[in-house]
Amino acid sequence: MKHVITALVQNQPGVLAHVAGMFAARGFNIDSLVVGRTEDPELSRMTIVVIGDDHMLEQVRKQLEKIITTVRVRDFKEIDYVERDLMLVRVSATPEKRAEVVELAGLFRGRIVDVAKQSLTVELSGPEAKLEAFIDMVQPYGIRELSRTGIIAVQRGEQRAKERN
Amino acid sequence: MSKSTKTASKRTKGYAGMTGADLFHKMLLEEGVEVLFGVPGGALLPIFDSLYKTPIKFVLTRHEQGAAHMADGYARSTGKVGVCIATSGPGATNLVTGLATAYMDSVPMVAITGQVTSALIGNDAFQEADTTGITRPVTKHNMLIKRAEDIGRAIHEAFYIARTGRPGPVLIDIAKDATSNELSTEPDLTIDLPGYKPMLTGHIRQVKAAAKAINASKQPVLYVGGGVVISEASEILDKVAHRGNIPVTTTLMALGAFDESDPLALQMPGMHGTAVANYAIQECDCLIAVGARFDDRVTGKVETFAPHAKIIHVDIDPTSISKNVKTDIPVVGDAKDILEKMLPMIESKQRKDWLGQIAKWKKAYPLHYDTGAKIKPQQVVEAVGRLTDHDAIITTGVGQHQMWTAQFYGWRKPRRMITSGGLGTMGFGLPAAIGAQFGNPGKTVIDIDGDGSLAMTVGELVTAVHYNQPVKVVVLDNCYLGMVRQWQEMFYERRYSATEHPCPDLSLIAEAFGAKGIRTTEPGELDDAINEMLKHDGPVVLAASVEPEENVFPMVAAGKGLHEMDMGRLV
Repeated sequence: MKHVITALVQNQPGVLAHVAGMFAARGFNIDSLVVGRTEDPELSRMTIVVIGDDHMLEQVRKQLEKIITTVRVRDFKEIDYVERDLMLVRVSATPEKRAEVVELAGLFRGRIVDVAKQSLTVELSGPEAKLEAFIDMVQPYGIRELSRTGIIAVQRGEQRAKERN
Repeated sequence: MSKSTKTASKRTKGYAGMTGADLFHKMLLEEGVEVLFGVPGGALLPIFDSLYKTPIKFVLTRHEQGAAHMADGYARSTGKVGVCIATSGPGATNLVTGLATAYMDSVPMVAITGQVTSALIGNDAFQEADTTGITRPVTKHNMLIKRAEDIGRAIHEAFYIARTGRPGPVLIDIAKDATSNELSTEPDLTIDLPGYKPMLTGHIRQVKAAAKAINASKQPVLYVGGGVVISEASEILDKVAHRGNIPVTTTLMALGAFDESDPLALQMPGMHGTAVANYAIQECDCLIAVGARFDDRVTGKVETFAPHAKIIHVDIDPTSISKNVKTDIPVVGDAKDILEKMLPMIESKQRKDWLGQIAKWKKAYPLHYDTGAKIKPQQVVEAVGRLTDHDAIITTGVGQHQMWTAQFYGWRKPRRMITSGGLGTMGFGLPAAIGAQFGNPGKTVIDIDGDGSLAMTVGELVTAVHYNQPVKVVVLDNCYLGMVRQWQEMFYERRYSATEHPCPDLSLIAEAFGAKGIRTTEPGELDDAINEMLKHDGPVVLAASVEPEENVFPMVAAGKGLHEMDMGRLV
């Protein structure tokens, strides 16, 4: 089962290595991990997607909290949240096929951010499933290059999040 | 919850212009450091120059691993933070085993390592290693300090983290120029750890739920671990046990936390635990784990562990709860605080049937060995216990001798058994004993060791002689790596692959190092030899040639349930 966890961490060298090392040492599988700045320059937020059962999720959460430089951990197990994944994909598109690809991108509300003679680059964001569907659709044209950020997530509205610490 | 931001220094001004090294020593003194174990080196020269002037006692060890184990033995025997220091590169990597040992057993320690000059970091400079990278998985926390102004705060944070919550080793890696440079401004000495809030007090609702379950149970067992020693909860544990008439089993890390001469004592559980402890766990209807972590050496096959029990788990570390065994009633917090809250809620009970059953098991399956023409290792441990009135500080290496020490010394008080439980570090015994002796001047400190374990750190005998620390080393000398040999005998049809080794005369080695050496081979001379050792005012090695193929029993084989014990020759 897929779980989304966010961790607010001190913005210090070595923190990412610590978190990544803990996952490796304890045999937890990271599906994706995103680190970014927050509104507070001293803190960063990691959004981590892990695959595992509830028991594993609980251990991941507690082990993350145990890291001294981790300020707060939240899992989205019982709360409603919005998730987004951002993708840049360069698709083969000869002049004859270009219109088809542009139309597909449009159907998915993607944006064309670069056009070349033999290819197009599409920017697309959304939940993971939407990105997967788009990849399926453009596969036949040929994917030259693809890069994704991995999931970031925030809760919906003002619900009480399941926070510890 | 404790505050994570506070000023740790008594003085906060007047440090500008001082060198980083001088500030380093001021801060160690403020933290109450009396003794520092270590080895100097290039990256530490400014610190050692400053050390020349301070009242902190410096103990030069033969090897950095020895320094770490000495700091560890000092910490475990006193409850204070132990401090060790090593230079960059190989000095730091040599500390790693000692850090991992302390980390697994929750020992409060601060390790200082020198690092190459900050401008050279990352350049593969001479004696450079990525110390924070290497030690991250074996420390509670670590940090790299590149500026003189940051040294004070780092030291206060390190000591605070090391001794609070679930204690552990903290490493500070300090670039050479941070110690040689003068502070350009007043340093900020405020501890700022927004993410560090150890749970100290137990939630009263959980304590009540636990007490209710205990009162409702007919056959409860207290399963007590090292957390009880760390939180100094032995006295309150004794009260809880006696009020509820609850038998107590003490893990390797908790030996002495409950007096083994008490009728409620079940002694050690697990792989080489007593039959009564293991049967009691398997038959109990309520298992109260306090400061223990359900290690695989305690649980045996986890699926069949304590099958009828409601499980209460008191622990300061939330990650320990439901990690190996699913907990019914978790209580997160300090063991002493929780037991104090729990005591008045515990109903006084007779538990006649249950205690009767316990007494029957004790009588039917006591710890046991046969005597013979040769000295039996168990006999040595028993004699040491008797002749030291069960009150010496004992350290051990790892293996058969460690298990016999656990089984036969006769533990009465906490902080007497100093042993590497989690990591199982051979070579721990001698340096740990030296560290414990520094922390307990005038007390008898004995390393009961194996010949295999002792060989790994025997060089530290020089340290004992150098500082005239009267540690005693009793070697159960069997010329084997005995525990591995036992497994080869039992599970690999006696194919003794790489477990036999030459048997040097360890008493002569002791003499060559400037210590006293005694060798004994006759069971009848054992008491005299031990008394001679105890009487000598200085370090002694007593090598006792013991029955080489003696095995440790009872034994729960790997992957078996606790009830599937092999009792050895008894049955």
